[in-house]
Amino acid sequence: MSTRFGAGLELVPSSSEPQTGKDYTSDQEVRWCPGCGDYAVLKAVQSFLPDLELRRENIVFVSGIGCSSRFPYYLDTFGMHSIHGRAPAIATGIATARPDLSVWVVTGDGDALSIGGNHLIHVLRRNVNMTILLFNNRIYGLTKGQYSPTSEPGKVTKSTPVGSIDHPFNPVSLALGAEATFVARTIDSDRRHLTSVLSAAAAHRGTALVEIYQNCPIFNDGAFDDVKGAEGGDHLLRLEPGVEVTAGGRTWQHDPHAVDPSDQFAVSRIEDRVPVGIFRQVQRATYDDQAREQVSVAVATSTSSREDRLAALLNTGDTWAVV
Amino acid sequence: MPQQVTRLDRVVIRFAGDSGDGMQLTGDRFTQESAVFGNDLMTLPNFPAEIRAPQGTIPGVSSFQVHFADHDILTAGDAPDVLVAMNPAALKANLGDLPKGATIIVDTHDFTSRNLAKAGYDADPLTNGELDAFQLHRIDLTGLTVEAVKEFGLSRKDAARAKNMFALGLLSWLYGRPTETTVGFLERRFARAPQIRDANIKAFTTGWNFGETTEVFAVRYEVAPAPQAPGTYRNITGNLALAHGLVAASVRSGLPLFLGSYPITPASDILHELSKHKGLGVTTFQAEDEIAGIGAALGAAYAGSLGVTTTSGPGIALKSESIGLAVALELPLIVVNVQRGGPSTGLPTKTEQADLLQAMFGRNGEAPVPIVAPSTPSDCFSAALEAARIAITYRTPVMLLSDGYLANGSEPWRIPDVADLPAIDPGFATEPNHGETFWPYLRDESTLARPWAIPGTPGLEHRIGGLEKGDGHGNISYDPANHELMVHTRAAKVERIADSLAPLDVDDPSGEAHVLVVGWGSTYGPIAAGIRSVREAGHEVAQLHLRHLNPLPRDLGDILKRYQRVLVPEMNLGQLSLLLRASYLVDAVGLNVVRGLPLTSAAVADAIEELME
Repeated sequence: MSTRFGAGLELVPSSSEPQTGKDYTSDQEVRWCPGCGDYAVLKAVQSFLPDLELRRENIVFVSGIGCSSRFPYYLDTFGMHSIHGRAPAIATGIATARPDLSVWVVTGDGDALSIGGNHLIHVLRRNVNMTILLFNNRIYGLTKGQYSPTSEPGKVTKSTPVGSIDHPFNPVSLALGAEATFVARTIDSDRRHLTSVLSAAAAHRGTALVEIYQNCPIFNDGAFDDVKGAEGGDHLLRLEPGVEVTAGGRTWQHDPHAVDPSDQFAVSRIEDRVPVGIFRQVQRATYDDQAREQVSVAVATSTSSREDRLAALLNTGDTWAVV
Repeated sequence: MPQQVTRLDRVVIRFAGDSGDGMQLTGDRFTQESAVFGNDLMTLPNFPAEIRAPQGTIPGVSSFQVHFADHDILTAGDAPDVLVAMNPAALKANLGDLPKGATIIVDTHDFTSRNLAKAGYDADPLTNGELDAFQLHRIDLTGLTVEAVKEFGLSRKDAARAKNMFALGLLSWLYGRPTETTVGFLERRFARAPQIRDANIKAFTTGWNFGETTEVFAVRYEVAPAPQAPGTYRNITGNLALAHGLVAASVRSGLPLFLGSYPITPASDILHELSKHKGLGVTTFQAEDEIAGIGAALGAAYAGSLGVTTTSGPGIALKSESIGLAVALELPLIVVNVQRGGPSTGLPTKTEQADLLQAMFGRNGEAPVPIVAPSTPSDCFSAALEAARIAITYRTPVMLLSDGYLANGSEPWRIPDVADLPAIDPGFATEPNHGETFWPYLRDESTLARPWAIPGTPGLEHRIGGLEKGDGHGNISYDPANHELMVHTRAAKVERIADSLAPLDVDDPSGEAHVLVVGWGSTYGPIAAGIRSVREAGHEVAQLHLRHLNPLPRDLGDILKRYQRVLVPEMNLGQLSLLLRASYLVDAVGLNVVRGLPLTSAAVADAIEELME
């Protein structure tokens, strides 16, 4: 068992072999555009995974469709590059079937919030054990530059030549509204912050949603420049437990552990600065733990073999014998 | 006056009433009594999609038909010999199906002017001579029931609700059914409501005694038990048999069963049934939609479970992309389609088999999926096992095509011994297969199946996905020659399944027939019954019923060529016909009926005779 990462990974076997980022690098050539924010996230994840001290074969990355969804190909773990928007559903099956796996979903703003929006909110409310990395570049990259559900109103793209009239989602607000138990935001270029948020997410038992601001240098370059670099820090609100936050004329100390999500939601709506860090981190029974519990309780009610139980099942109801 | 007893070889009874009258329960109880008595039987429930359509109207009529006999029978019967009609709407909706001379038992209590009007009757059919061609029995079932259960102090409404048990008691007397199973059933069902329990039992026994002591019926009937092979039997519906077959496949493969499903008529009962069997290691996941249902099942399969998703046609439409992913990933997955009338929402509670071509071709790209179809309600059990065998052995999604008739219809089933059920070897990959490395698409030479390497297996870390994979190593490949190879290989793998199929069994007793009738799925019974009557008339005709629709069995082409004419009865506009014509250039003639009801054996017999002329 990993000692550093308790609840979230407590059922995943740990590795006694020392690991490095290289152990998590697959033999596949990385094919994102030069300057893509995905590189930084990949590097951070590859460097961070050894810290979990898990057996590599017990880690599964599942993705949907989009630039970021190529992520699993570049990690030397088990991985599935699935179909558009469905990664949370597939990961739900994996996590429910196997308590001994560390399950990760890699998705983007289109994949998670548009075509896969339904699966995202349902996995959050169910609280299935997995960590979701939502790469938000506020644009459709792989389909070459249409607006996304997080694009700002008025955005001019190939499909909105006179400006987008869609009102965007705030992914953090959405996740809090779906009663997610762990919600955080970080930035591709801030390696230290990214790693600390990922660590907390991995340690969380339940669904952890991490929104990662990620730059698309081709179709939406500079989308997050305001919060990057030397001056960017002034525009950030770095959330820590107890940090003072002001919104709607009210000031309070941020508490990610508060069960009532109202204040955390209010933090997610702050507009004069961009909050990053952990908005919410609470414990609630997970779907997969409970599903397995129901099965194991039922299995424990009988000492007979599966074959005998099957025979009993087939013989239920009104039966009659013909001799 | 001692009642006369007439011996019959078979009887078809239809119980019909309002959706709230408990006709499904009544029919089901009569069926259980007949099953325990030892008759062969088949049933056909027929109910509206609406939970409670306006009371007393034609759309609200629910019926249950049971055919029982002293010999083996194949269908729920083309036409009822007896109709029990609890109200005018039930009479009107079903009268057209009755042959002249049939027996009609009506509850006169509900034949009020108001109810007659609701059913669209201008005049009372009980008195205007409209039913002169039938043997009409007018009985105040409601009134007699209310009177009989007075002692239990129920409200009039609750008392009247027991009228279905009165009717059941009367019919049980009329046909000499054993009553113990129904009394036992009522005791269990209403154990927590002693008044209701006692009232129902009283209504049931009073109905029986009413037949015994009054002279309403001059004749009592006897249908002797049918000869059956030794063994333990139960009556079973298709959905139940299918659920049990899936559990059996799980036990015999040693894999935990994972069902991802979204409720949909007429498939939901499989979800309900499997949800009860956590003690057998079954996990059921009621997903947010059809897509998540199959997605989770596919994820569980990837993780080493027997992944199953259950739905009906509209759900398959939603799952199509995920089925395509399963084809590309080459993972075992069972996709159950309990077909109903379409297109779109269509006829949710009625049967059809118009999703064959959807199963065959309903995906983008060349995405072959094996198809297995059960032929009778109890056959759903072994068909589910067969689907699991193919899915696991060949690492492929398999479509299991049931339908509404099989799902809700029932028949006696000889319960198999668990030890006699086929064992299925999951054969998980355990070590590298390409030097020191693991290649996820390096195939078994005989089956062309790829290794099933589940997470948690050291050294087998690998990535799979919906993008085209390079032969062997499985990494993304856009190479034209590789794509061509992979498309052909996936098709060849599905074709290889035919190597594992037993030779087809053509029913052609004399070997002299010129006409071959080919069917698939739930039309087995009506086709076999139609053929039986043609043979009884002295003609030769052969029958072949297909369980495997993809791949088609290797000997099918030669068999088709042996016959001058090939008839293909289907509850669609000719989908198997199309496949047979395309595959074998055979001039298949269709008998195509899409009424939301099973084919009738008479229609099959007529079509055969027409082809003989």
